[in-house]
Amino acid sequence: MTASAPVPGRFAPGTFSPRPGRGGLGRMLAAQSALELKLALRNGEQVLLTLLIPIVLLVGLTLVGVIDLPEPRVNAVFASVLALAVMSTAFTGQAIAFGFDRRYGVVRRLAATALPRWLLVAGRLVAVLGTVVVQVVVLGLIALALGWRPDGGVATALLLVLLGCAAFGGLGLLLGGTLRAEIVLALANVVWFVLLLGGGIVVPLATLPSGLAAVAALLPSGALAEGLRIALAGADGSLLQPVLVLVAWAVVGGVAAARLVRLT
Amino acid sequence: MSLPADGPREPTSPGPASHGSAVTVRGLVKRYGTTTALDGVDLDVPAASVVALLGPNGAGKTTTVEICTGFRRADAGEVRVLGIDPAGAPDALRARIGVMPQGGGAYPGVRAAEMLRLVATCSAHPLDVDELIEVLGLGSCARTPYKRLSGGQQQRLALACAVVGRPELVFLDEPTAGMDPQARRLVWELVESLRRDGVAVLLTTHLMEEAEALADDVVIVDHGRVVAHGSPAELTTTGDSQELRFRARAGMDVTELAAALPTGYQAAEPAAGRYVVQGRIDPPVLSAVTSWCAAQGALADDVRITRRSLEDVFLDLTGRELRS
Repeated sequence: MTASAPVPGRFAPGTFSPRPGRGGLGRMLAAQSALELKLALRNGEQVLLTLLIPIVLLVGLTLVGVIDLPEPRVNAVFASVLALAVMSTAFTGQAIAFGFDRRYGVVRRLAATALPRWLLVAGRLVAVLGTVVVQVVVLGLIALALGWRPDGGVATALLLVLLGCAAFGGLGLLLGGTLRAEIVLALANVVWFVLLLGGGIVVPLATLPSGLAAVAALLPSGALAEGLRIALAGADGSLLQPVLVLVAWAVVGGVAAARLVRLT
Repeated sequence: MSLPADGPREPTSPGPASHGSAVTVRGLVKRYGTTTALDGVDLDVPAASVVALLGPNGAGKTTTVEICTGFRRADAGEVRVLGIDPAGAPDALRARIGVMPQGGGAYPGVRAAEMLRLVATCSAHPLDVDELIEVLGLGSCARTPYKRLSGGQQQRLALACAVVGRPELVFLDEPTAGMDPQARRLVWELVESLRRDGVAVLLTTHLMEEAEALADDVVIVDHGRVVAHGSPAELTTTGDSQELRFRARAGMDVTELAAALPTGYQAAEPAAGRYVVQGRIDPPVLSAVTSWCAAQGALADDVRITRRSLEDVFLDLTGRELRS
């Protein structure tokens, strides 16, 4: 040390005396997911995607008959919009947020703390689930106001929503964790739009052209929306195929994400 | 600032690393494809000392830090950080160290205090977040999203994140890049305080001034190899490390001047009327120079003896051409 070094004044002696140690796992998980949830609800584009567009579609498609649906229309629309909400949050919103979080170095920043890597991923997923809870509550209240009456299908629907989160969540992490932020932004929005119209979300599989319907039934969007229509709107069909499709996508997306996602 | 968040401080028991070396690196090799980023680097950071890793862009500084913090795996060589193999037990290591990655890192929309609070939660006995924000001059931008902070503000937040967990050892990758002189001064004070409180610091920089002012030891790396190491004083006083500069009438014969001095001394006139003599400058040499000027009928004016700066050493070792 050279003799001309500044005499420390701002930091009292002992301020930095080492006292290392890892924080509590539960507190870390709660702090990370609460912050990510707060950031998602504070971000205008995210709120547009996760709440405003689903709300507009829920109200609009219920009141305006642009798509042929069985009565009461609100049941089928609510099922479609729940599927959209899950896709918007777990896939599109998460992929974009993850892409830009990586760009801004937050993933590496947090990995450099005592936060274990599995907790880093868990925190993101809990934040996604938190957003989905907000969506389900808000959309459910609006659906009630539009005349939807819950029945025994609600429990099944909630299970499907969880499966949808797993399927779309793995794919969202995979997309957001492997490509450059701008490309993630473009791709995640394009995929969202294509699946919204042609992937079995707002237009039921039965109404889609048959070739497209066969493909859509094997996509997470078609499987989740169709499953929700069976559970909530009494649509014909077995839940077995939608559940198997969602589980398969969750496994494929999860394994691929675990192998391919990069932190930087 | 004064006390950590969780009340009065207890005397800290010295950990195993307090007596020995915080970082020991031997023969570190790292290749990216056909490029060799590190080619046998040795490095020691003694406990409670500041070591600067100095080198031009692409010398291997960041790669070294990334291996020491467990973000990359070495192709060969031995690394022990606080007695831990970083590649083998990164989680155990990261609970004891603080890291400032190059360029920092935070959620694009997060506010400084929110980010620092999250990082503080990852530690068992963190410093007080609000005080740290104030003392680092981030209080005025407490509600600004991270992506709209200036580079210097982002750097200060990153620095706060590196020290908030009261680590034993701190890695700072280019801590003052993009900072104005006042902020740089603050960082220097902070590094000085870390050392005073018994924290070891490994920092990378390409600023000689920074290495000279802060470091107990400087390790100069280039092309993935250590080209020199030692204290700033050792590095700048070895060899013909001094020079004598003076002004006098332009156009005097410097070959004659050199001949008037003992062998090994060099004289030059880099600009008209400005002369420089390189070698060990002692009273007889000074006297010989002024006498020689007098013999030419010239007055040696503005005579200065300067120690060779670390920058000169650095440029001599790593070359003067620009690197891409």
